Formats: sequence, structure tokens, C-alpha cells
Amino acid sequence: MLKFSNLSYSKQRLAIIVAFSIIPLALLITFAYLPVINMFKYSFSDWNGYSKRLEYVGFENYIKIFTDPEYFSVFKVSLYYFVATFVQMGLALYFATILSFQTWFKNFFKGVLFFPSLMNGVAIGFIFLFFFKPDGTLDTLLQAMGLGSYVKLWLGNPEIINISLAGTSIWRYMGFNFIVFLGAISSISSDLYEASDIDGANRWHQFRSIILPSIKRILQLNLILAISGAISAFDIPYIMTGGSNGSETFVIQTLDVAFKYSKVGLASAMAVVLLLIVIAVTLLQRLLIRGEED
Amino acid sequence: MYKLKRILGSSIKYAALLLGAFIALLPIVVILFASLKTKAEYAATSPLTPPVNWLNWANYTKAFINGNMLTGFANTAFILLISIIGATLTGSMIAYILNRFKFKGKSLMLGAFLLATLIPGVTTQVSTFQIINKLELFNTPWAAILLYLGTDIIAVYIFLQFLDSIAVALDESAMLDGASYLTIYWRIILPLLKPAIVTVIIIKGVNIYNDFYTPFLYMPKTSLQVISTALFKFKGPYGSQWEVISAGIIIAIIPTLIAFLSLQKYIYNGFAQGSVK
Repeated sequence: MLKFSNLSYSKQRLAIIVAFSIIPLALLITFAYLPVINMFKYSFSDWNGYSKRLEYVGFENYIKIFTDPEYFSVFKVSLYYFVATFVQMGLALYFATILSFQTWFKNFFKGVLFFPSLMNGVAIGFIFLFFFKPDGTLDTLLQAMGLGSYVKLWLGNPEIINISLAGTSIWRYMGFNFIVFLGAISSISSDLYEASDIDGANRWHQFRSIILPSIKRILQLNLILAISGAISAFDIPYIMTGGSNGSETFVIQTLDVAFKYSKVGLASAMAVVLLLIVIAVTLLQRLLIRGEED
Repeated sequence: MYKLKRILGSSIKYAALLLGAFIALLPIVVILFASLKTKAEYAATSPLTPPVNWLNWANYTKAFINGNMLTGFANTAFILLISIIGATLTGSMIAYILNRFKFKGKSLMLGAFLLATLIPGVTTQVSTFQIINKLELFNTPWAAILLYLGTDIIAVYIFLQFLDSIAVALDESAMLDGASYLTIYWRIILPLLKPAIVTVIIIKGVNIYNDFYTPFLYMPKTSLQVISTALFKFKGPYGSQWEVISAGIIIAIIPTLIAFLSLQKYIYNGFAQGSVK
């Protein structure tokens, strides 16, 4: 009987390299690379997603995206999430810093601040529908504090809807940044703090000269993730408003164009634009970071 | 003066922490309140008022039964189980050969996995959908399972990182005893990777349990709904019955809460490690 262990190690090696890589590579190609290649192909066509007929129309889809204000205006919505990203990172960094030092009920605060980022997206969407609805949590709270005059239609007013939604996004993702920063800060050797204590450094000095430089790389990594996250925002606005009242994001629009209006060609062109933006932002970030280090 | 400054500093710190905890908890706590109120009570009281009867489970039974949440849990569990086993096996296998062997195309392979992280999944849904459709997997649980397996890159990194800390000498001594590479992987590497496996299970598990658009797009059939999509359906028929929706929300959160409380230590480590690379 032929047994695997009877083969020579060099034959085993070859067999195992092929056997162990074939499935992961097949999955990677089928679900990561093939969609991108097809997406570029579809983006030059007028395909509707199901008919056999597919005609190439050159750059027509792209011209439409960049000339029709209806398609381009959704990028303004991304700006809200983009700004929210910085608020989110700032808060996360602040909480991570204070919780890396001696604090009462440290584990309680850690858990409470982090837990939202583990929660189901649909549940979060509903929780904040309840939070922002007329006479919901926020309105009641404002009234209880005597701030009743600030009550607004948080999700009905196009002027503030994106602020409400971006706020929800901060609530949801802050804990993730927080825990990552906390992990990074805790890997800093305590000798450094002790030495700086002797030199008379206060917490702010320690933050600026020890913590910040040590977590710089993670900070940048999180920033990249956050920016591409802002551009591809989908869950929260889709679940909460379905994209109404001016809260439609680029991804909601892309999926609607593809599946509701059966314009797969146009939607693919939109997705290509989105992908290129995300890649450009990422590369720009990396270039800037490298430039800084030189 | 110095002491005064310290007291002031620490008051600001605790004030910020309490405010943070309040903002994190309040939206959830009011939902818990609402889920335990009767319809009349819900209509008459403010969201901030606690329920009269803390043991009023009527909304929970209604949400659980009418919302088909049992189907949701069963489907979620099935998809979770298969995806996680698959992701652990494929991820550790590819990491094993990438870490232990030198061969042609190795850096190309690593690069291919790395480059794939640059593609945000949500941008390619439109054409991924066509592939799933062509494979005739639309409206089957395999659509979600394959997608969860196929995009798994974080797992590979976590395993690679851990493999670095497992001495090659262990493999070599096993080879002296005549063990095959397969035995080495199965008997030595995999058991030693346990902490990494726990990390991968948690990160993958959280992502899959919370994912909305994959099941929403690829498995719209009612009998295939998962927790996310089952909950999303409450939006229609229960649009105004917030006491029932609230119960549904709490039901969806409870498994996460239990997992979080029992795995806290691993979760903190896992998330820190998973995102460093």
C-alpha cells in the first residue's frame, strides 16, 4: 500500500506544497481577483446582469458618473464619515492612554467601551433608530436636561441626518480602535515611563514623547482602515434609512444601480471608481509615511 | 500645587470615562427597558423609564417565534461552524507551507494574499454576485460559506506570526523519528497553534455573526435567513412595535455578550494581534 509517509521528504514536500495551497489559492483567485477583473470588464459594457447580450460601450459609463451630478453628489456624504473617523480615532487614543495607567474599575471601562464594536450591525442600526426617532432616547434625554429646544428631526432633516449617522458610526467603531491602541500601548516597556518619571515628565510629556512615537505605525494603519471604511460606508445608513433624506452613500447607490435598476455595467464602473479611490488613498498614505521616515 | 493638578487631572479622567461608559451603555439600556414593557406601558412611558415588571418575557417569545429567530440561529450556527473550521484549516495550511518551506512562487503567493487586502470586499460585490450566480450557489448557504473562506487573509497573517515563534527544531526532531510532513502539521504544528486558532475563531466568528450584506445579498430566501437578516425583517411588520423589535435586538446581542464575557482575555489579545499586521 502506498503510504504518504513512505515517500521521500522531497516528494512529500512537493505534494504538501501543492495540496496545502491549492484550495486557499483557488478561493483567493475566484473571490478576490476574478471579481476585480470582471468588474473592469463589465464597467465598459451596458450589461444588465442577466441577459446573454453584452455590448461594450467604451467609457460611456465613466463619463456618466463624472458628468451627472446625481452620481457624484454621494461623495459629499463620505466626507461626514471621513471627519467622524478623526473624532473616533481621537477618542480611542484618549481612552486607550488613560486606561493604560492605573485606574479604578479599569476592566469595567475597557469592556463597556469595547463591547459596541462586537455587536451585530443590524442591532446597532435599530438601536440608533430608536435613539434618534422623535420622542426617542435622545429627545427624551435632551428634554430631561432642559435642552428641549435643541430637539430636531435627527433622521428626517437632510442637513443633520449624516451627522446623526456618522455619530452612530463613531459609537460602533470607536471601541475597535481603542482596543488596538490599548494593545499597542501596553507593549511599551514600563522602564521608559519610570525613566521619564525620574526626569520629571508629566503625563502629557509621556504621551507625546513615549506613547505617540511607539504606536505611530498602528495609528497610521488604523487611519488607512478608517479612511477606506469611510468611503465604503454601507451598513449603518442602509439599515437605518435605506439611503433616504440625502444619506445615500456610494456603496448603497452602487448596489441599487446594480440590483434594483439592473445596470450592472454602470454599477461596475462606479465600483471601479470606488476601488481606485480607496487604493489611491492607501498608496498616498504609505508614500506620505515613507517620506516622513526618510 | 502639584497635588491639586493631579486631583484635577484625575477628576477629568474619571468624568471622561463615566461619560464614555454612559454614552456606550445608554442606547442599549433603553432598548432593554423597552423590550420588557407591555404595549400600553411602552406607549405611556418615556424611553428612560425602567419597566414595571422586569420579568415580562411576552415580547421575547413573540419576537423569537414570529420573527423566526430560531431559523436564524440555526443557519448562523451552521454557517459559522463550517466557515470557521474551513478558515482555520486553509489558513493554517497555507501559513505552514509559507513559513516552513522555500519554493518558487512563494513570495508571489504571499504578495497575492497581501494585495487582496487592498480590495475592499464591498466594492466588488456586483461582480462577485455574478460568480456566485454562475456557480449556482445563489440562495444556498454555500454562497456565504465560500465567501467567508475566500476572503480570509487576516487568519493567514495571524498564523504566520505564530509559526515564527514555533521552533523549526521541533519539526526536525519529528523528522528524525520518521514523521511525514502531514503528521508534523497535524500532530505538532496544529496543536501548538492553539492560541492563534482561538484568535482566528473569535475574529472570524464576530465578523460572520455580525455580517449583514453577504446573507442579505446572496441568501434572500426566508428559510436561509441568519440572525442579521432575520432581525432586519422586523423593520417591516413590526415597524411601530418597538417593544417587540427591542426584544429581537436583545436576543441578537445576548450570544455576543456571553461570548464576550467568557472569552474577554482572548478577545482583547486577539483583536490587538489581528490588527497589528
